[in-house]
Amino acid sequence: MTDLRMPNPVAAPSRSRAEERNDSSATDAPVGSVSGEVSAVRGYLLSRGNSAGSDRFFAGAMLLCALAIFALVALIAVELMTQSRLSWHAFGFSFFYKFNVDPITHLPLFWDPVNGVFYALPFIYGTLVTSLVALCIAVPLAIGLAVFLTEMCPLWMRAPLSFFTELLAAIPSVVYGLWAIFILVPLLREHINPVLMAIFTEPGLTHLLGWTGLFGDNGLFGGVNLGLGLLCGGVILAIMILPIIASLTREVMRSVPNSQREAALALGATRWEMIRMAVLRNARIGIVGSVILGLGRALGETMAVAMVIGNSPEIHLSLLSMGHSMASVIANEFSEATSDMHRSALIEVGLALFLVTIVVNAFARILVWAVTRGAPARVQ
Amino acid sequence: MNRNRGRNLRSLWRSGVDHLATGLAILATILVVAPLIAIFFYLVYKGASSLNWAFFNQIPKPEGEVGGGMANAIVGSAVVLLVASLFGIPIGIGGGIYLAEFGRGTKLANAVRFTADVLNGVPSIVMGIAAFSLIVVPMHHYSALAGGVALGIMMIPTVTRTTEEMLLMVPHSVREAALGLGVPNWRSVLSITLKTASPGVITGCMLAFARVAGETAPLLFTALGNQFWSVSLNHEISALPLQIYNYAISPYDDQHRQAWAGSLVLIALIVIAVSLVRFVTSRGTLKGAS
Repeated sequence: MTDLRMPNPVAAPSRSRAEERNDSSATDAPVGSVSGEVSAVRGYLLSRGNSAGSDRFFAGAMLLCALAIFALVALIAVELMTQSRLSWHAFGFSFFYKFNVDPITHLPLFWDPVNGVFYALPFIYGTLVTSLVALCIAVPLAIGLAVFLTEMCPLWMRAPLSFFTELLAAIPSVVYGLWAIFILVPLLREHINPVLMAIFTEPGLTHLLGWTGLFGDNGLFGGVNLGLGLLCGGVILAIMILPIIASLTREVMRSVPNSQREAALALGATRWEMIRMAVLRNARIGIVGSVILGLGRALGETMAVAMVIGNSPEIHLSLLSMGHSMASVIANEFSEATSDMHRSALIEVGLALFLVTIVVNAFARILVWAVTRGAPARVQ
Repeated sequence: MNRNRGRNLRSLWRSGVDHLATGLAILATILVVAPLIAIFFYLVYKGASSLNWAFFNQIPKPEGEVGGGMANAIVGSAVVLLVASLFGIPIGIGGGIYLAEFGRGTKLANAVRFTADVLNGVPSIVMGIAAFSLIVVPMHHYSALAGGVALGIMMIPTVTRTTEEMLLMVPHSVREAALGLGVPNWRSVLSITLKTASPGVITGCMLAFARVAGETAPLLFTALGNQFWSVSLNHEISALPLQIYNYAISPYDDQHRQAWAGSLVLIALIVIAVSLVRFVTSRGTLKGAS
């Protein structure tokens, strides 16, 4: 009894509304569109009836949410520009390449908030060098990991390994920084840097390759070994961007159709030849895209770098020297900036970072999209 | 004969290269997984040995004194993340619904999607500056609200993109069945499509939440940090990542100990969130689909 009665209150009005719509579509809608595309009929039906008003309101609200994303990016850009106007007017483009010379020590002077000197060159240098070091370490490892996971790994290991790499991505950057301060810095100082210094200041090599400028006491690994510095920042960045590059590279490699692999194997290729000819060659644009995406992440990474880079606005060739990156200088000095000019200069550094990461990310997205777009649907 | 030997050498060389490549790939995997295991176990070891009750129910002692805890930072993190979720998740889901249900295939939708990806790549420190100049400057003081909004903006792109992807997986027949029964479109989107896709949408929200839960940079000059109890949206507030950062760069051993404990608590929260997501999604995503 109840079973029969239950559906009635719900079914009755809906049926009548449905009939109403049917009638109106039968009388008003052009016949051609009915047989053609479903969405046109649905669109027509939805524009009629009691709920059209609330439907339109709902669609508008959702559109507003989507437009809010536009508005936010625009707002961030406008806000950064207006807040950095002061330093832009004072320094112009020379903000990014000029420097003063200290009258006493005759060393270049880039950044001196007390005396109102603000030139951003050392931060750009620090960001570029740490990102480059990170890419040099992370890219081969990430590609190796991705190759192993997609092509060689026994099935039972695949899930735990990919879970592990995902976990690596979930660890907050401040925790990486904490680990770097207490483990990585001593490790570099005691064990790794001395080896690198010994190699790069070895007299024979210095004599042979001294013309590159990378060897000797003023070379890539000269100077004082404190553990902190550009190299340490680069290493911790490498650990942080590895999971991103690895997972995207895996994604791109998986979108290479299996028939390509089978064709290579059928021609008698060994596994490595198959990977090189069928997988890596087909996926190379996507791999470049994922590397650039990792670069975008490395450029903007703040906390871990700020904790180990040494925080001094200078430029030295040595990777063991202290440095400063664009993000780390903002993190370190922003809340203590007292003068308007100091704050404005920091915001200008932020604006530059914003623009650079947008360009880098957009480029990488386009590359990744270009590769995965034509990929057939994966069957899993 | 000679030719045969050459062929043998060649195949030897090829299989040697093959083995070398395999070895290198395995080496790379070990080199990636080893630091993770090192970080993880060291963290658990250091954190677990420094955790105590005081950590959870006391506020920080003055600098240099031994003891105290991070109760205010844990509560502060909760407040900031609540604000962030209330701000970011509705806008994110709304944007995702627009992309999947209303703007499908239009130029505007493509532009929104691209903008969301761009927003996803904006460095977190820049988000902090934006929240600083949008909220802290007009209000003339640091506040929990500013920190929450900064994190909320960071949640939007992730939520939008996952919502869109999950809604696109809902089959058309489900929508058409709802509409055929005379359900208004807005109701069908909310109660049928979104509900069908809800495990995936919740996954997206949790992933975004886990991502911003560990963010420090946007809070540095918005929430600023606080040594005392505060739950007011209008005042400076402490947060777990901020407190870890301050303690990590301090010279005191006891504060280092607490930084490790705080890291363990933070990671535990994030891992619980992520594995909760895995649990929910492994129980059958999209019961309506396929």
